Amino acid sequence: MFEVRHIDKTYSPGTVQQTCLFSDFSLAIQPRSFVSVVGSNGSGKTSLLNILCGSIGVDQGTILMNGEDITHLKEFRRYRRIGRVYQNPALGTCPSMTILENLAMADNKGHSFNLHPGVNRKRISAYRDLLSPLGLGLEDKLSVPVGMLSGGQRQVLALVMATMTPLDFLILDEHTAALDPKTAETVMHLTDQVVREKKLTTLMVTHNLRHAVEYGDRILMMHQGQIVLDKDGEEKKALQVDDLLGLFNSISIECGN
Amino acid sequence: MLMSILEQGLIYGILALGLLITYRILDFPDLTVDSSFPLGAAVSAVLTVQGMAPVLTLFFAVLAGCLAGLITGLIHVKCKVRDLLSGIITMTGLYSVNLNIAGKANVPLFGGDTLFRNALTKSLPAFLSPFSTLLIILIISMLAKLALDWFLSTKAGFLLRAAGDNPSVVTTLAQDQGRVKILGLMIANSLVALSGAVMCQQQRYFDISMGTGAMVIGLASVIIGTNLFRRFTFIKSTSMAVIGSILYKACVALALQMGLDASFMKLITAVLFLIILVSSQIRPKKVSLHV
Repeated sequence: MFEVRHIDKTYSPGTVQQTCLFSDFSLAIQPRSFVSVVGSNGSGKTSLLNILCGSIGVDQGTILMNGEDITHLKEFRRYRRIGRVYQNPALGTCPSMTILENLAMADNKGHSFNLHPGVNRKRISAYRDLLSPLGLGLEDKLSVPVGMLSGGQRQVLALVMATMTPLDFLILDEHTAALDPKTAETVMHLTDQVVREKKLTTLMVTHNLRHAVEYGDRILMMHQGQIVLDKDGEEKKALQVDDLLGLFNSISIECGN
Repeated sequence: MLMSILEQGLIYGILALGLLITYRILDFPDLTVDSSFPLGAAVSAVLTVQGMAPVLTLFFAVLAGCLAGLITGLIHVKCKVRDLLSGIITMTGLYSVNLNIAGKANVPLFGGDTLFRNALTKSLPAFLSPFSTLLIILIISMLAKLALDWFLSTKAGFLLRAAGDNPSVVTTLAQDQGRVKILGLMIANSLVALSGAVMCQQQRYFDISMGTGAMVIGLASVIIGTNLFRRFTFIKSTSMAVIGSILYKACVALALQMGLDASFMKLITAVLFLIILVSSQIRPKKVSLHV
């Protein structure tokens, strides 16, 4: 369970650019739920992810992970139990290292990075088995530097790496936004498969309303640091893309866009 | 002359291995080098004068370099000072430390044993003795290269490469980027100090100014090596750095041969570096200005 309670966050306090994003914001994410978050630019979606992961701090309030207060836990320590896939396919992998080396590192998450050999040869066939169902031929390119792969291939690899070791939470930060429509569908499909298989608690930010409607079991719409729509269960199933779009438009009109 | 190029090139090759870590792998413009090079030399010179076995002094030189890297790393990571400035701070401070370790600006190693002139080298067969210096340097630099190769193939080495390649991966692997950077700086400066110590043993004196331009020499070597052999992926980058260093020394020797006075040494170093940078069209990667 992931929870934020009564958080306040103001950017550039004390300057003319001062913007209050969150004020008394609370949200609880149930274990094993797959939550999609939609909303316009600047609505606070990515800030929410960054607050959960610890890349930005909060002014007030607490962040709880499985009941434990992690508000002041350093970013890298939080990732012990969090996997994250970024919008930019380049952020999830190391370009000058090979697919094998990248996988070996991801495989070692949670263990010490000591002076043992970086690649455990015995694991190579397991890596192949992990990659071959993806149908991208990555299993035959283990010794290719990741920088040579296409954006879609890198993003799939990033997803595999993020979910390789046991996790409590998966954070997806518009992870299909930089991909072409076909690859985006593939990655989204794979994501759904992994989330179900591993029963991960997942928070996905997306601009693709259809993805938000089709996948996951709860949907949130954010606007100016607040949740303006929160549906789960049957209500979520009944929700159509047009309903979301309608709400989206009405919000935008309010803002004078 | 070829001998001297090879000797000098291989000694600076160890320095180049250090810069390979900071510049190429970590993408950290580490100016500590200009002081950790003479630091290694000072430690080795003083201990040798005091009667320690020259080989053992190398160990303490490495330790000193390691500490220098640690200080730069702590300044950068813990005090959140920019990478370039952290190196400059350590470099400046170390100048005084070096002077105090050595006791004076110049320490000659008269008469006594050095790494290259001892019972062992004297016992070598006559046909080998002209090559003994080169041989010893070759052994030391190869050991340094192989050790670095080995380290880069370990889990810790992978993390070091990841830290320069894509720091966000290190964080999502639940590892502290800062610690990885500090470790990298420590290893790099250990190698640089080792290079300084060997240099001091070979030229049989320590001089406080021997580190000036060390960073430029190391960088030039790394850039020559990695650019020249870019297409040969089977050559390890560590080998490229060492070969680059030999080629660089050859270029300098050539410039001196063409009649330039030795007092132009640093100018040659700088101009040559500029030529290499421009001709390879690989300018130093953008320095990240945030911690």
